[in-house]
Amino acid sequence: MNFVYERLLGGKKGILGLIILAVLIFIILPLTLDMFRLSMVGKYLTYAFAAVSLVLLWGYGGILSLGQGIFFGIGGYCMAMFLKLEASDPESTKIQSTPGIPDFMDWNQITELPWFWIPFESFGFTVLAVIAIPAIFAFIIGFSMFKRRVGGVYFAIITQVIAVILTVLIVGQQGYIGGINGITDLKTLNGWDIREDSAKYTLYFINAALLFVVLFIGKFILTSKFGRLLLAMKDKEDRVRFSGYDVANFKIFIFCVSAVIAAIGGAMFTLQVGFMSPSFVGIVPSIEMVIFAAVGGRMSLIGVVYGTLAVNFGKTIFSETFPEIWLFLMGGLFIAVVMFFPNGIAGVWNKYGDPQLDRLLDSKLLSSLKTAISKNKASPVEDSK
Amino acid sequence: MSSNTDFALAIEDLTVSFDGFKAVDNLSLYVDKNELRVVIGPNGAGKTTLLDLICGKTRSTSGSIKFKNKELSTLSEHQIVHAGVGRKFQTPSIYENLSVYDNLEVSYPKGRNVFGALTFKRTPEVDARINEVANDIFLGDFLEMEAALLSHGQKQWLEIGMLLIQDPELLMLDEPVAGMSVKERELTAELLNRISKGRSVLVIEHDMEFVARIAHKVTVLHQGKILAEGDMETVQNNPDVIEVYLGH
Repeated sequence: MNFVYERLLGGKKGILGLIILAVLIFIILPLTLDMFRLSMVGKYLTYAFAAVSLVLLWGYGGILSLGQGIFFGIGGYCMAMFLKLEASDPESTKIQSTPGIPDFMDWNQITELPWFWIPFESFGFTVLAVIAIPAIFAFIIGFSMFKRRVGGVYFAIITQVIAVILTVLIVGQQGYIGGINGITDLKTLNGWDIREDSAKYTLYFINAALLFVVLFIGKFILTSKFGRLLLAMKDKEDRVRFSGYDVANFKIFIFCVSAVIAAIGGAMFTLQVGFMSPSFVGIVPSIEMVIFAAVGGRMSLIGVVYGTLAVNFGKTIFSETFPEIWLFLMGGLFIAVVMFFPNGIAGVWNKYGDPQLDRLLDSKLLSSLKTAISKNKASPVEDSK
Repeated sequence: MSSNTDFALAIEDLTVSFDGFKAVDNLSLYVDKNELRVVIGPNGAGKTTLLDLICGKTRSTSGSIKFKNKELSTLSEHQIVHAGVGRKFQTPSIYENLSVYDNLEVSYPKGRNVFGALTFKRTPEVDARINEVANDIFLGDFLEMEAALLSHGQKQWLEIGMLLIQDPELLMLDEPVAGMSVKERELTAELLNRISKGRSVLVIEHDMEFVARIAHKVTVLHQGKILAEGDMETVQNNPDVIEVYLGH
């Protein structure tokens, strides 16, 4: 019980933070927004996975990856391949010269389903692939870099280059993976129409629930000795190495974990938005993910969720209200955040909000409230101890 | 391969060459168990490079480094630590953004691989050991303090503590009293005499008064070679040593 209360929930304040976020995502937003806006929030929350992955990797591990779009994209493409195959049954593609294969293959004179598409006919394999392929890919990148002690800005540049290479590869292979248009016209998941409003609601809640699962995994890692080692490595890598740790293994592991988290976001993106394209793989989305984390506060798992929502809402509002200059406004906002709030939204909260909360939690009002409650029934907090 | 010896640390014919410059030149050095050896020498004599070679930070060009008859020069850094060698760096190398307690816990020699670190539990045994070491290094009252807020001398002690908690059989300290007050030096001398029991200690130091207080034996390095070796008095009266220190 202590493990769950102190570590996964983060004590009294941690629980409060999680409850507020949960109330916002699960209750307030679905009740107040129409379907169009809510599916936008759902889309933003898939980016939040990438932002959370960057808290682990960059905030705590000190490893800046400018290529989280790679993993977001891999997850998204895995899911898109499955959905595309389901949408390309021989009946609905009978006007093609080769019925039963995705339309873009037919347009590119491909007459047979390529071998690497065949396993994606299985949903079980697809779910496995969303997790395993990014993990393996991250392991290969991580192993070849961290074992050779490539780090810092070099690592950031190399991940960025890989993001570019992957984009070029996808764009160039139009017949095999849909090229610049991406994989579009996705319809059903095991016969369940994902384009309907009810499906969108369901997917929104699945996505939000998965985000909380990921937050708990993040909490588990960061509150373990592993988390303190990440901070130690960020500060004095040599000291960790000469304390008997194989630093590269720790970096590879956290890179793989962050890749899987970003990929889950990508897969949920495809399900909710209904397509996947190379524009979610390359440099721009990868850097945007870093911005979400920076604005939210890269040391705070919950902060970056707010950061992602805030930046994306800002983007939407600015682009709708000031279509000509919205990019400048966004740029100004980022500069302001970096200049004045280097620890992002979470930093502002820790500085101003948290002391207020402490006062509130210590106040007589609350304690008298608590005794009143505990007179009626034993409080759950006391039980868990 | 060199033959086995009874020494804890046996360095034989060790050479490292940086683009032709030999920082350590055909050096042989033996340290006994329970011995506290101090290495002195003018700047650029190769003292820190010697420690770098032993702990694996720098790779030797030729020669052998044997610890308890186990060849270290082919092992990776963390394997050398696992073999029982601990090293303190010249500038205090601690984790500034962690508390003193966390600094010691991170250095605790359990949960050293990825999954061990994820499942590591703060048992009463771990807690007791951390408190014991903290008291040894005069930081028992500072466990919750962020390490960045410690004084320079306390940071030096903390790094020594981070090594002690691993209970190494060979402890290497690079200038442990640099930047310490007179009082702190006294405490450190007492600490080193206490912790040298049951292990070998190799210290690099410039402060001769401090060296005289702790050293069992002194080795003088000059231009990567051993100039003199023996007890403090013999070394201080050695004409070569006087020449090197005062001649220029």
